[in-house]
Amino acid sequence: MRELTIPVSAATIRELHIGDPVLLTGIMVTGRDTAHKWLEETFIKKIKAPAPAKDGGRSDEEIYAELKKILAGSFIYHCGPVVAGLDTKQYRFVAAGPTTSIREEPFQADVMKHFDMRGVIGKGGMGPRTLQGCKDTPAVYLHAIGGAASLIAQTVKRVVGVYKYEFGVPEAMWVIEVEKFPAVVTMDSHGQSQHTAIFDNSKKVLEKLFKE
Amino acid sequence: MQPDITEKVLELIRRTSTDIPPDVEASLRQAIGDEEKGSAAQGALETILSNIELSRKNGTPICQDTGTPIFRVRHPEGWSTRKMREQIRAALAQATKLSYMRPNAVDSLTEKNSGNNLGGEEFPTIHFEEEEAAEQGGGRLVVELMLKGGGCENVGAQYSLPDESIGAGRDLAGVRRAVLDAVQKAQGLGCAPGILGVSIGGDRGSGYVASKAALYTTIGTRNADPEVAAMEERLTKEANSMGIGPMGFGGKTTIIDTKIVGMHRLPASYFVTISYMCWAYRRRRMILEGDRVEYK
Repeated sequence: MRELTIPVSAATIRELHIGDPVLLTGIMVTGRDTAHKWLEETFIKKIKAPAPAKDGGRSDEEIYAELKKILAGSFIYHCGPVVAGLDTKQYRFVAAGPTTSIREEPFQADVMKHFDMRGVIGKGGMGPRTLQGCKDTPAVYLHAIGGAASLIAQTVKRVVGVYKYEFGVPEAMWVIEVEKFPAVVTMDSHGQSQHTAIFDNSKKVLEKLFKE
Repeated sequence: MQPDITEKVLELIRRTSTDIPPDVEASLRQAIGDEEKGSAAQGALETILSNIELSRKNGTPICQDTGTPIFRVRHPEGWSTRKMREQIRAALAQATKLSYMRPNAVDSLTEKNSGNNLGGEEFPTIHFEEEEAAEQGGGRLVVELMLKGGGCENVGAQYSLPDESIGAGRDLAGVRRAVLDAVQKAQGLGCAPGILGVSIGGDRGSGYVASKAALYTTIGTRNADPEVAAMEERLTKEANSMGIGPMGFGGKTTIIDTKIVGMHRLPASYFVTISYMCWAYRRRRMILEGDRVEYK
């Protein structure tokens, strides 16, 4: 079991290969569909204007500056958590398993590169663009156990803050401090994807079954 | 006199979200032994079981995606469904406040999350059926609840047979091809190991209602028709031969059980509808008879 402390160096990422179990410790950020779309359109492709601050909150530009610092060497976790303490803002993660990652395929490689991240955590694996992104950045795709929400929530020691709360609880970007968050490398920075291998093998078996 | 069921439904939601039925847990436990020692598949199943135990102990949701709540209510003659709907909705909003449920209802046009799991007429889904008259044993209220997460819902599939791309004709052999194709396409994305609800016939809408309703039965419940029952068992076995495994990590356990139901159809249509349920197969039943309430 390899223990990784965030920020993780590029050299450490190159040492990881598919099948390696890891434990992550440090500060990461949750982000899923709305967050990825927002990052891509506002800061990477710049086709949408950043929103100004309202109701005493932060402007998109301010959030971006903070995210750049947090995400360098870190990870985005594809997760829409159940959070307690919404009324008092004493936030606590109650249930926090991974969501399906493939929906972020159009954005992921760009986002990883732009923020110099060391990878993403999710479930189900991702496609060729992200795999290439892992090679270039370098980064890894980490697979967490889908549905293991109570167990993973226990590794979340502290909710540091939340960005874009207006996206709704599942879609907001929660900044969390984790300790020994368990995951498995299923896409590495050497162009290997465990998902492709299993897909191809199952397809072969299916074709054989169709001949019966 | 129709009682207020809000509190009792709240308890039903809590139990459904934080604990899975014993038959599902037993099947998952059994699967650990089938996987190779020290494999990623076995590790995934061990994590899944630890998570189930922890959720039960702490009363926290098994999965953060607390899913689409699908209620099936069988009620005595004469009860007001309008009142029951209001009470079920109140219970769901309360369950969300208590963090048994994640706020999960998003307006597709405005992208706004309602914050309390209530949205329009369709969210949550509630099916009402009037039970038989009291003298025929229909004096009780039965509320079933299923929480179906988005990951597994997204890998559901509907085939219109004949489908030449998979060589599937309008018979049980064609159904087999459609189901196996759907399992291969789903890979681990539906949070395998999964449970399949399959309906044959109906229209595009009723097909999915029936394929989900099939999931209310316990693991191992077989279709009364022996030929269909044999196909259910065969499909589970063949699906598992594809090596997709828990979470798609590779392994022997991809599908725990397959349930097939037949429906009437138009002569022109032949739909095969597959609902995939993730391992976090959250379903519970509440039976209310007079003052006595029982949760199963």
